[in-house]
Amino acid sequence: MSNEYRAKREYAFYPGCSSQKGASSANYLVSVQSMCKTLDIKMTEIPDWNCCGASIGYGEGGELPRLALSARNLALAEKNLPGRDVVATCAACWLGTREAKERLEHSDVLMRDTQEALKEAGLNIQVIPEVRHMAEVLVEDFGYEALAQPVKKNLAGMKFAGYVGCQTNRPFGIDGESYENPKYLDKLVEALGAEAVRYDQKVTCCGGALAFSEPERAHAQIKDIVESAYDGGADMIVTPCPLCQANVELYQGAINKKYGTKFNIPVLYYSQLMTVAYGGSAKDAALGGNVIRAKQLESLAG
Amino acid sequence: MSDLNATMATRYKNNFLKEIEEQAEMGEWVKMCMQCGVCAGSCPPNFHSGWEHPPQELFMMIRAGKREEVLTTPSMFMCTSCYNCYVRCPRKLPITHIMHGIANYAHRLGTAPKNQPTRAFSKIFWDNAVTTGRVNEVKLTVGLYFKDSDGKFNLGAGIKKALEMKDIALGLVKAGRLNPFELFGGHKCKDQSGIHAMLKKARELEETRKAIKAA
Repeated sequence: MSNEYRAKREYAFYPGCSSQKGASSANYLVSVQSMCKTLDIKMTEIPDWNCCGASIGYGEGGELPRLALSARNLALAEKNLPGRDVVATCAACWLGTREAKERLEHSDVLMRDTQEALKEAGLNIQVIPEVRHMAEVLVEDFGYEALAQPVKKNLAGMKFAGYVGCQTNRPFGIDGESYENPKYLDKLVEALGAEAVRYDQKVTCCGGALAFSEPERAHAQIKDIVESAYDGGADMIVTPCPLCQANVELYQGAINKKYGTKFNIPVLYYSQLMTVAYGGSAKDAALGGNVIRAKQLESLAG
Repeated sequence: MSDLNATMATRYKNNFLKEIEEQAEMGEWVKMCMQCGVCAGSCPPNFHSGWEHPPQELFMMIRAGKREEVLTTPSMFMCTSCYNCYVRCPRKLPITHIMHGIANYAHRLGTAPKNQPTRAFSKIFWDNAVTTGRVNEVKLTVGLYFKDSDGKFNLGAGIKKALEMKDIALGLVKAGRLNPFELFGGHKCKDQSGIHAMLKKARELEETRKAIKAA
């Protein structure tokens, strides 16, 4: 597909809480914006979007309140940005919102109750928009060839462990790929000229929200993941999920203390790689937002 | 025993499976389990040590009417929402969601272990998110560290935990991914009153439907 003949793509953007300014994945948002500029993607934020409730909200939330939270975002998207797919960059936002769409379309009772709740916020739903992850948009709407086209600085010589994790992979999956060994992140890395290493823990859980409540167990999960990335020969880890990124990056110090390891491997977002490969600066790629700095990428970005 | 727990125990006497089917989210799936154990083998391995009972065992216990054992175990709260069990179950049971449903039910009844850290975190997270419509990460972390598992303020525990986490916090501040001033405000939705009214209505509707089933 050549850029000249492609209509500008427009989506209803659901950035999610963690990507806001000063929050834990603020660097994800900055790099996504840079990446989208190159790819001529227009992302319009859903006005006044709210938290999806995340997976961990289940204990207190209950089913209908959780559905209502997602339904409010969907109703706002439908009302303000009609006809556009909703695109989330966060794995949990995507999962929660897409799950809500499925449950509401599947059950008249849940839909009726949700509409009644939405009325309290002055909203209603007619047709629920499609709910997609940014990685899906890249792979399905663009494809690897089109994503390779704007590459100005190829990432040759860099070795990445593509860490897919859980929620961009299960339960919905991307581009019909297998749950046990999805390839999309590896193919994306290769489209940028870098090497995607083979390693064992590509779809292993980092502990998710339980890194807060059960840190010892989560750290043991993260240790397995990082160790396996090193064993595969990776220089860096790359992921599509904000919680995977934070957990796998931030606890390396604590794991070193506990297990006597010497982990110090940068953990990046795919959008940061793409921004650098597309000729963006370190600032455009928000590389300063990584606690373990990715020096190879920084020097390439210049 | 909480009032709700006593009511439900009496109402569903000798039929705990029916109670789970009618009162717990996704509970209607429990009877479909064929006890293969793929779910147990799919859980993140470092969380196995926290189990009293893996998922398929909980399902059999529900069918066997072991009400107290199921509703007081911390096992469901070991779920990391990784969805391995969900995609691998040969009977296509939404196991992740069933775990959440049973955990939520035990939490509502007040039978879930009081000192279960994930149960506590789930409540802190939800309350944090719905107060302004968006998660305030600073308040979330402070809320978690400075409260004991019963939700009471605990200064000593908070300071100890804050010191443990000091290096991580400083790294994040330096990287622009943690803003201490969020403690005094932070990101929020405009229509907070609409969100609050919507959630209040949603909870009422859900409680009414469950009460009708139990009637």
